[in-house]
Amino acid sequence: MTFDAATMDMILKGIQETLYMVGVSSVLSYLIGIPLGIVLVVTDKNGIRPIPAVQTVLGIAINLLRAVPFIILLIMVMPITQALVGTLVGSKAIVPPLVIAAAPYIARMVESSFKEVDAGVIEAAKSMGAGTFQIVWKVLLPEAKPSLLVGAAISITTILGYSAMAGFVGGGGLGAIAINHGYYRYELGLMLVTAAILVIIVQIIQEVMMRLSRATDRRIR
Amino acid sequence: MEQKEPIIRLDHLGKEFHTVNGTVKALEDINLDIYAGEIFGIIGLSGAGKSTLVRCINYLEVPTAGDVVFEGISMKGLDRAGINQVRRSMGMIFQQFNLLSQRNVLKNVCFPMELQKTPKDQAVKRARELLDMVGLADREKAYPAQLSGGQKQRVAIARALATNPKVLLCDEATSALDPNTTKAILQLLKEINRKLGVTVIVITHEMGVIEAICDRVAIIDKSHIAEVGSVSEIFSGPKSAIGRQLIMGDTVHADFGDSKLVRIIFDGRASNEPVLANLILACKVPVNIMYAATKDVNGTALGQMIIQLPKDEGEEKRVMNYLATAGIPHEEVTRDDF
Ligand SMILES: Nc1ncnc2c1ncn2[C@@H]1O[C@H](COP(=O)(O)OP(=O)(O)OP(=O)(O)O)[C@@H](O)[C@H]1O
Ligand SMILES: [Mg+2]
Repeated sequence: MTFDAATMDMILKGIQETLYMVGVSSVLSYLIGIPLGIVLVVTDKNGIRPIPAVQTVLGIAINLLRAVPFIILLIMVMPITQALVGTLVGSKAIVPPLVIAAAPYIARMVESSFKEVDAGVIEAAKSMGAGTFQIVWKVLLPEAKPSLLVGAAISITTILGYSAMAGFVGGGGLGAIAINHGYYRYELGLMLVTAAILVIIVQIIQEVMMRLSRATDRRIR
Repeated sequence: MEQKEPIIRLDHLGKEFHTVNGTVKALEDINLDIYAGEIFGIIGLSGAGKSTLVRCINYLEVPTAGDVVFEGISMKGLDRAGINQVRRSMGMIFQQFNLLSQRNVLKNVCFPMELQKTPKDQAVKRARELLDMVGLADREKAYPAQLSGGQKQRVAIARALATNPKVLLCDEATSALDPNTTKAILQLLKEINRKLGVTVIVITHEMGVIEAICDRVAIIDKSHIAEVGSVSEIFSGPKSAIGRQLIMGDTVHADFGDSKLVRIIFDGRASNEPVLANLILACKVPVNIMYAATKDVNGTALGQMIIQLPKDEGEEKRVMNYLATAGIPHEEVTRDDF
């Protein structure tokens, strides 16, 4: 199996586009997902500042978004995409739907990481007169960090998986190559190569995040 | 005891929990005065409401009736900021230590000062002083996971004292520690009380803790205060049933009936040690002496003793195991044997 220069270029460009889509979407999803996760935990009826109404409404909204299959969401949010990035094709156009799909997912991941934080430690902070913001910033986030990093490995690979579907709506990246060449034109070799590269990227993300989590976790002697 | 204004007054304090299974009255009509500078013990059986009581004192649990008055200020009327302010005057330590696992020892002690926005160099200086006081000056870089239980509690104590609180609340602070470590931690609490004048409130289910450090004690039973008094008063004459039970232990009511009889043989080897006393201390069970005959032969006792074991199977087994492992010659006997 040999590829000509043009194909090689295409693959390299695909890698770049994939990394761009996944990178930008991950950052934006986390910027939205972390605050949402914090709100979910803090306003829980057993949280540090219970506001059940907020918790319930937010929870339902998140569940709704998570229930929609990504490929459908991609189409549903097209008006938003058009408004935000001014186009419906290319790698840029896939970012808004990716963020809209991933942020609620990340909110749930973050929520579960925060819930793992020892309630006793939060209580100790309260007993010292810590306010809500201080508890979030100085207790929840640092104590949940190892778990948040493990969660990030899962979330980012999920975003990578979603990004591969961009090919169906004229987005770019490795997934688009696999779909356009492998699926529509039966270029099996090319499809396998792009799949292999995706596997390697997943592997790298997973490995880096897990190592980072382990290396920074002070509970390990 | 200086009988002036109490530093903490619990005034008709009550706490109910509403659960799916109905209402749980954890505390009812609790009235207590705790004076500045004393070590005050609160003892009771599991579920009596001790933790709830101590958590009401710093409003981790909001009372559903009555009031907590701290230095003359009613906490009922305070807003969130006011309560946080009071909490900074009350340190608290816990059975499970509750240290921040991702912060090292020094940063854990700095934590409450960070919350108050104490300048960093000042906080570090104070933290080092406190670590020195609790005997952990050389472990400031260690993380909680690298410390023993006793060391973790020392860090927790240093952390609780960082903001110069007037009161130190201790909820079962030694219950996760072995007897020697418990002794050392209690000693440290006493030292803190004497040296810094911090009022210490100790919650425990062990009479030994009360005996070791407390000036006064309240016995709490089924959500109520059963009795309050100086430790010597309560020890010499507990007035409540629960007080008698806690002080004398359940063992005085042990049921003998027609339980197993064991003959212990004094062969001169075992007699230079207080066999029976050791057995009772090690097994924590009472035994009944039915018959004893020993003779002094050239300075060593020879003879035999027949003891009756408690009816409880577990206790009986403990005694038999003890006799076997201690290598004390013994045999089971029946009533007809003597
Ligand atoms: N958050 C809660 N919700 C419902 N019931 C509670 C809650 N906290 C405590 N209780 C109940 O209140 C009662 C007193 O509990 P508390 O924890 O104060 O007992 P304790 O004396 O500290 O016991 P232990 O020695 O086992 O720690 C118990 O019946 C308990 O089930
Ligand atoms: Mg308790």
